[in-house]
Amino acid sequence: MSARVDPMGSSDHLESGAALVRSSLDACIKCTICESACPFAVATPLFPGPKTVGPQAERFRSGLSSADWSVDYCSGCGICSRVCPQGVRIAEINAQARARLKERTGIPLRDQLLARPDVMGRLGQPVAPLFNRAVETPAVRTIMERTLGIHRSAAIPRVSPRTFQSWSRRHPPAPGPDRVVYFHGCSVNHFEPRLGRMVVAVLEHQGLRVDVPEQGCCGLPLQSNGNFPAARRYLTRLAHRLAAAADVSVIASSTSCGLMLKREGREILGVDDPALADVSRRTWDIFEFLRDLHERGLLRTDLQPVDLCVAYHAPCQQQNHLMGKPAIDILSLVPGLRIIELERDCCGVAGTYGLKREKHDISMSVGEDLFHDIRGLEPDAVLCDSETCRWQIAKATGYPVVHPVEILHRAYSGGGRPPRARG
Amino acid sequence: MPDALDCELLVIGGGSTGAGVAWDAALRGLQVILVDRSDLATGTTGRFHGLLHSGARYVVRDPAGARDCARENAVLRRVAAPALEDTGGLFVTTPLDDVEYSNHFLAACPAAEVPVEEIPPAEALRREPRLNPAIRRAFSVRDASVDSWKLVWACAGGARELGARILPYHPVLALLRDGSRVTGARLRDLRGDRELEVRAECVVNAGGAWGGRIAGLAGLHVGVRPGKGVMVAVNHRLAGAVVNRCHLTGDGDIVVPSHSVSIIGTTDTAVEDPDDVEPTAAEVAAMLDAGDALLPGLSRARALRVWGGARPLLPRAEGPGIDHRAISRSHSVIRHSQVDGMAGLVTIVGGKLTTFRLMAEDTVDAVCQELGTDRRCATAETPIPVDGPHGHHRLSHRAEAFEHRLERSDGTDPLVCECEMVPRSELLAAARTHPGSDLDDLRRLLRIGMGPCQGGFCTFRTAAILHEAGLLDATRAVSVLLSFVEERWKGQRSVLWGQQLRQSHLDEWIFQGSLDLEHLPETSAPQSTRAQEPLPNGRDPLGRPLGTATAQDDRIASPPGPEPEP
Ligand SMILES: Cc1cc2nc3c(=O)[nH]c(=O)nc-3n(C[C@H](O)[C@H](O)[C@H](O)COP(=O)(O)OP(=O)(O)OC[C@H]3O[C@@H](n4cnc5c(N)ncnc54)[C@H](O)[C@@H]3O)c2cc1C
Ligand code: SF4
Ligand code: SF4
Repeated sequence: MSARVDPMGSSDHLESGAALVRSSLDACIKCTICESACPFAVATPLFPGPKTVGPQAERFRSGLSSADWSVDYCSGCGICSRVCPQGVRIAEINAQARARLKERTGIPLRDQLLARPDVMGRLGQPVAPLFNRAVETPAVRTIMERTLGIHRSAAIPRVSPRTFQSWSRRHPPAPGPDRVVYFHGCSVNHFEPRLGRMVVAVLEHQGLRVDVPEQGCCGLPLQSNGNFPAARRYLTRLAHRLAAAADVSVIASSTSCGLMLKREGREILGVDDPALADVSRRTWDIFEFLRDLHERGLLRTDLQPVDLCVAYHAPCQQQNHLMGKPAIDILSLVPGLRIIELERDCCGVAGTYGLKREKHDISMSVGEDLFHDIRGLEPDAVLCDSETCRWQIAKATGYPVVHPVEILHRAYSGGGRPPRARG
Repeated sequence: MPDALDCELLVIGGGSTGAGVAWDAALRGLQVILVDRSDLATGTTGRFHGLLHSGARYVVRDPAGARDCARENAVLRRVAAPALEDTGGLFVTTPLDDVEYSNHFLAACPAAEVPVEEIPPAEALRREPRLNPAIRRAFSVRDASVDSWKLVWACAGGARELGARILPYHPVLALLRDGSRVTGARLRDLRGDRELEVRAECVVNAGGAWGGRIAGLAGLHVGVRPGKGVMVAVNHRLAGAVVNRCHLTGDGDIVVPSHSVSIIGTTDTAVEDPDDVEPTAAEVAAMLDAGDALLPGLSRARALRVWGGARPLLPRAEGPGIDHRAISRSHSVIRHSQVDGMAGLVTIVGGKLTTFRLMAEDTVDAVCQELGTDRRCATAETPIPVDGPHGHHRLSHRAEAFEHRLERSDGTDPLVCECEMVPRSELLAAARTHPGSDLDDLRRLLRIGMGPCQGGFCTFRTAAILHEAGLLDATRAVSVLLSFVEERWKGQRSVLWGQQLRQSHLDEWIFQGSLDLEHLPETSAPQSTRAQEPLPNGRDPLGRPLGTATAQDDRIASPPGPEPEP
């Protein structure tokens, strides 16, 4: 082709971020590989599949004129985007389409609630024992299902009476000359502060000083519930806080929230903020970071035997980092540990998807293969990097499900008893 | 002795002009026969850019033409709503355009009655994020996108309901004369493979770019100068509104959203033969380049199809050195009884699709004078019976219909054409209500095969479904597929790079690898039911030089190639 005139200097704004996502639909050749890989399309006739609601339907959408509600049955698991041989950003197209749908139809109260785990945590915290007892009471759950539309069997985490932030404020920082910033996310702060303490311990064990700035929600649940304006506000605030903390690596222990910082915020939400661009470049998933240390010979290997047989499930969002499975790479260093890799794509929960009354059954049927495999293996524990997936798998199988950091933490602190099943 | 038909008015040419004339005349109570050498709207009308002009394009150069467009735009929004999509339009001053022109432009709009509103460039960019961020001025106008197929079928259908006869695939071979009076025409019935005569009190030559040839059949000279224009459709809409460069005129300076694609156009070069409009690679490249000034990155978008059309231009003055672009687009009605003493013949040439109703009104007024009757035109108030949901067409209609089917889903009505979201039920319904339709007719009716895969997936499905339903026998089904594969290369040749090239590889594997098409049980070669009868002038019955017929004209099948896209 002849050389192109470039009357306006550049079209870079189309080659990046949210615009790139939409134009990627041009690459679709209809091969249907994504449709065969999508675990949700087979689970419900209400969802016609990634190609159909993605590159295909997108051609019929403009502005707010589209009314295709079926895209709301896409879980956002991202498997389609990963398998597409042509590089179509299907899941991202779907997320943007859902947001436009919600802009038109409005977002139900339930989704507004589910999309704000930080608010739920803050509300529940002062009355944590009461709150936790209530959400385990069948009568309460029945009422919640009827009034709010949160499925009565869906896994709901317990609120911790003390936040991770309140612990870390009183935790004296390690002296190490090298620093990292820990991005703990809502879940560690309100529901699993113990995991956060283990992350800090593991990092400090490497001689690192761990900064825990005040943070807040990354906006992921808002994004997946179609509330882009609020998600953008949350993410931008978070990015500024993290950027201001220190110009060092940012470590995330929630794979899904880490991905928001790395990529989704720019590509799906279209947040074009220098602070986010800066933080994106230096965000690491915890095991990605540890593996890098190890590759550079800097990871401490004073690991005690852990005599367990664990089954590892790499959740969708972990796989969407496109970084392999660093948790397995690192845990393989732990003497005595037997790791079985579960080869299923998705547990079905997809963040808040499986909590919704109309979607819970779909979610459970998506996860059934995984649950079946776990039951067959009878492991001592299941490992999984994403919190909502851990809660879903634990609820569905009754097995203890923990973040892989717990095992590493145990190995560094002298082995010990297997983790206990949660409630 | 050939069969004969009688009528008051014979209209030659089933483009927007001829169909409009038939509709207008039928409404005035005339008995009409409308004929075309091919299917309706397969001439320039089926190969145009798809824009219902606001008039703004012509305010500086041709204020009278602009006023016609503005008025007709308003009329058609009332009487032909479902054939239009109310996209709105923008005129933008890019860094390549002279700001001085935009001053003239804005000043000229009121006199031409063209509604216009200047908006800040930032607002234009908010509405159309892909616009060139360096634009200096932006004007909002009432451009719209128009589906010419729907419009023409509606006019013809409406006329038929009023008693008119519509005869597609009936090329005019000769005009019948009685001294200095035209009394009808001799036609060939391509599907019935016979000849027939139509006797009429008056004949309208609405042959568009072919109008000169048709007048020539009566020994008359009409100096129609076909002006070739090239367009490229890209895979998805890059802008929801029509976007125009705010300058006097140039190639590739308008991008029109049409159904699920954006169409960039166009060019203007004089050609001898209106059938000689195949785009060249250089034209395509130049146009895509030009498009980058409006929508940066357009040249890298996935190009789906390329096609050309021939403008029916009637030069005011002929001679060397005329700037072809300066020729007025306004139409001319020629009463040959007044001009060259040949009674019973009225020729209409020039104009635009946007003004087709006005052209028809002027033409039928002239016809009434020829016939010595006085009948009032009613087309400005009478809705044209356009198929489709109430109100203007919207891009999301098909997606919405798909969702409705999904809600009631029992899995029995899958999509046949995924790209254009056409379900099996619609295909079967169309095939049954249009018996004898080939795949190309179905393509225009339903848009089957017009999307990104360009028929790679839907063609074999369509053939199989029609066969299963007893609408296509096995031999024909195979030849449909064969001629599709043979022809599809022609259709895509000029856009075979990048993503479309990958697509055609996959399509090729499907046809050759999975279906092993070339080794299907031997069938007779694709047959044309149309006899190739040479005319004295060395042309086939369609008026084209012999040996240039394409499968597009075959009754068996033709691929979605570089073809009409209203
Ligand atoms: C590239 C291009 C882009 C354009 N874009 C626009 C636009 O965006 N908006 C707009 O308003 N206008 C546009 N126009 C102009 C518009 O398309 C034409 O003015 C209009 O479609 C002409 O319609 P018509 O009926 O006069 O001619 P046609 O549609 O060409 O109809 C003539 C018919 O006569 C038939 N015919 C020929 N010979 C015979 C015969 N021997 N016997 C029987 N029938 C015969 C042909 O098959 C044909 O169907 C465009 C034109 C071109 C070329
Ligand atoms: S993101 Fe997951 S659920 Fe959605 S279409 Fe892709 S694979 Fe299916
Ligand atoms: S996998 Fe990619 S190329 Fe294939 S159908 Fe899906 S989106 Fe299109």
